Amino acid sequence: MAAKKFTPKEQPKKKDRGPLSDLDKVTLREIRNCAVHVHGKIEAEDKPELKFPDRSLKNARYDKKDGYFVMGRSRVERTLSVNTVKSFAQTLKMMSLSKQLIDEDDFATKREAYYVSKNWEEAKFDEQPESDAAMDDIEALFSLEGVMREHLRFKADEHGGKVAGQLIVLDRDRDSGRTLRIDCTGFGSGSYSIPTSVEQLGFETKAKFILVIETIGMFERLSQHNYWKTAGCILIGTAGVPTRSTRRFVRKLADAHKLPVYAFNDCDPYAFSNIYRTLKVGSGNAVHLNQFFCVPQARFLGVSPQDIVDYELPTHGLKDVDIKRAQDMLKNDPFFQAHKEWQRAIEMMLKSGQRAEQQALAKHGLNFVIEEYLPQKLKEANKFLP
Amino acid sequence: MNSGPGQQTLFDNDQNTMAPEKTPADKKAAPDQKAAAKDGGGKDKSGGGGSAAEQMAKKQREISVSEFFTKNRHLLGFDSPRKALLTAVKEAVDNSLDACEEARILPEIKVKIARIGQSDKQFTMTVEDNGPGIVANQVGNVFGRLLYGSKFHRLRQSRGQQGIGISAAGMYGLLTTGNPVRVRTKPGKRAQPLFFEITIDTAKNRPDAVQKSIEWEKDHGTEVSIDLEGEYRRGQKSVEEFLKLMAVANPHVYLHYTDPDGNVTEYQRATKELPQEVEEIKPHPHGVELGVLLKMVNESENRTTSAFLQEDFSRVGPTVAKEICAKAGIKPEANPRRLETSDVAKIKAAIDATKIMAPPLSCIAPIGEDVIITGLKKEVEADFYVATSRKPVVYRGHPFAIEVGIAYGKPGDTLQMTDSGKIVEVAAKKPENAEVLMGAADEPVRLIRFANRVPLVFQQSACAISKAVIDTNWKNYGLQQPRGALPIGPMVIFVHFASVWVPFTSEAKEAIASYDEIMEELRLALMDAGRKLGSHVRKGKKLANEFKKRNYIEVYIPHLVVALKDILKLDDKQVERAQGKLTNVLEKSRKL
Repeated sequence: MAAKKFTPKEQPKKKDRGPLSDLDKVTLREIRNCAVHVHGKIEAEDKPELKFPDRSLKNARYDKKDGYFVMGRSRVERTLSVNTVKSFAQTLKMMSLSKQLIDEDDFATKREAYYVSKNWEEAKFDEQPESDAAMDDIEALFSLEGVMREHLRFKADEHGGKVAGQLIVLDRDRDSGRTLRIDCTGFGSGSYSIPTSVEQLGFETKAKFILVIETIGMFERLSQHNYWKTAGCILIGTAGVPTRSTRRFVRKLADAHKLPVYAFNDCDPYAFSNIYRTLKVGSGNAVHLNQFFCVPQARFLGVSPQDIVDYELPTHGLKDVDIKRAQDMLKNDPFFQAHKEWQRAIEMMLKSGQRAEQQALAKHGLNFVIEEYLPQKLKEANKFLP
Repeated sequence: MNSGPGQQTLFDNDQNTMAPEKTPADKKAAPDQKAAAKDGGGKDKSGGGGSAAEQMAKKQREISVSEFFTKNRHLLGFDSPRKALLTAVKEAVDNSLDACEEARILPEIKVKIARIGQSDKQFTMTVEDNGPGIVANQVGNVFGRLLYGSKFHRLRQSRGQQGIGISAAGMYGLLTTGNPVRVRTKPGKRAQPLFFEITIDTAKNRPDAVQKSIEWEKDHGTEVSIDLEGEYRRGQKSVEEFLKLMAVANPHVYLHYTDPDGNVTEYQRATKELPQEVEEIKPHPHGVELGVLLKMVNESENRTTSAFLQEDFSRVGPTVAKEICAKAGIKPEANPRRLETSDVAKIKAAIDATKIMAPPLSCIAPIGEDVIITGLKKEVEADFYVATSRKPVVYRGHPFAIEVGIAYGKPGDTLQMTDSGKIVEVAAKKPENAEVLMGAADEPVRLIRFANRVPLVFQQSACAISKAVIDTNWKNYGLQQPRGALPIGPMVIFVHFASVWVPFTSEAKEAIASYDEIMEELRLALMDAGRKLGSHVRKGKKLANEFKKRNYIEVYIPHLVVALKDILKLDDKQVERAQGKLTNVLEKSRKL
């Protein structure tokens, strides 16, 4: 029997779309403006060009006052030519997809958008990093107007962080439009998972601070033993580098309720720069986003190099990549360069040549961290690293 | 008579080969050899003890030409049935062309290969020309006597050199089929056409010709037919390919070929210009080996050594002759015929130590750049032709000239820019003749070698020309080239070596020896042609690159415009206009 060729059914267009939000209107306007500009140039028999913000660390500036990396004025002009015609077409196709998603009140994950492009014949993306880059370009282009990837209706595929503690998240039921109240104390041995898009969320809380924890192991220990109840806090587990939505979630929550944010990490160069610094000031290669995706109020609770000494923690030797990273942080990273305390801490670590993990506190008993370490540290929150 | 000469068959493994003992020549050979053996024995008797010498003497005898031929057939180009067929055609065609050109007649050559009966192993090869014909009393010698001819004894640029070729083919035919060589000739408009049947007395190297008068509707010309054992195959190293190459290097020749299946191929004449007439020169002292010098001394008609040097060589005047004699310590008035071998050796050394003016170069007739290109264009379909003809120079006292031609690019694989600036693909034409010389773009280039306008088909790797082509760095000219190999590309390289004396590595005339002077001239000629090629290849690459880029533009513009259409809700007219304008803007911005 011959194989039947699959032909997908024509997808019915959604008509009953709710009213556009203000940000949706801004996003649509930006997409339209961009297309009008390109079309106008073509009509004038001129080569169209697009000016993208320069998304590199070179164009990143750190200001203690702002508290995050900000983008410089450097722009990259991309003129339509033989070499750029493909990416030009792809960028415009991507905008067109974004417009369609807003029109239909839908969204696509980054991976889905990549697969949608497979229907674009020659203009399809060969690999997902290419479509991701096109998205980043558009996001950077519109970031000046406050538009983010989430507004373009593209979502990350990455998981969000975990939340437990004294927090009620306000969300919206997609079908009924009714407000949902999600109580983060009520997940028992589980936890609330931060969605990929957090813009629509609201918060109710009486917590005193937010504790952002690097490892899920430590997050589980603290949430299972209801540490949030005794300490009056919200626990957030990031499992490594906090995703965009996790950062945005913490930021919105902290801003809304004026909560201090404390980071509880391993003690090694990666934890300092890639995890903590990204949480606090944003990342170097997505400079255009940092104003939204950073938590300037974050402070570093531990584990600090001084903690290794004070608590006589078991350590591991720094690897070559650790040393290289630490030296690079001192030399090139505007954030660490702006903070003497961090420089001293990093130099101390380099001098000792040792690093320690959060779990090393278990040397003194499994719940030492709950009963002694965190309470003692929290008494002197002003001594946390910036 | 078990061990008689020619008793073994030419191709020992081949059961079907006709045994040559049936030939009349062989029957005659037997008594002569017995006599020779007796004579030898008699002379030796005084030297040693009886029966041993007698035994040895029985083995000592004059080696007959046929035996020499049988043992050395590979030297003459008859080492396989397939090659034998080609060699026979080649020798006959060479002879015809030389004869025509010497008589200043535009050659018309008809070649025919026909099976004998139903056999796939025996063929009749017939070559007919419109040459001057051969006078009756020379026919036997020309076709039935090895090493007989007008060419060995003189220095003149010609295709044949030793006078060994056509008679060797005849002998090969006789040995393998037993049939005599048949010749028709008419030496002039009013001359009586004659028919000859020629057998060869292989023992004495004497022709045995039977002649009769015939009718022949032809002004003048010669036709030779040889029955021989052979193998007919098409493709590389075939008769067809040989004739095609012949047509490339000799565009003044009209060639008509009939294959064993009766198919006719014509190679048309592309120029009415005969090759330039060449002068015959006397040998230059620097080109003479001791053996030849000894022979010349013995055969000289001059009474004094000084006169011998001046008269029998080129570029030797009284002063130079005096200098040579002084250096050799020989009296200038000494009779050359009475010189001892050691004296001749001294003269040879003195010659080598003496500065002598280079030989006259008028004896060289290069094909010329224009004619090379004409020949290539005629037989090789390509986009680009170039040729380089070097001025004659001298190696070991022999003048020679190197010429290189290149045909590059297969039509259909290439692009062309129109006057309006559009780039279009050039359509391929169908080749007229079946043999296609040019390979594909990813194959090694095709090297075709010629010596005095004769294609060299075999032993490519042993030839100085191949070495020089491989040693040339073709990457400089935009081609790929693996280490120690021919370059890669859709290309035919034509190399011609013109000389009064071509230094072949063997009598089969298949490969040219690598003398330093020859290698250097080859290098220079190839580089010059390569440079001319290089700019064309680069231009082609640029065009191809540009074509790709423009295609690229045309592929993505519709997508770009569709995206604009979706966002701005453009109508079809607007879409079309935007697409047109954008294409124009981008293509205009391309500079070439």
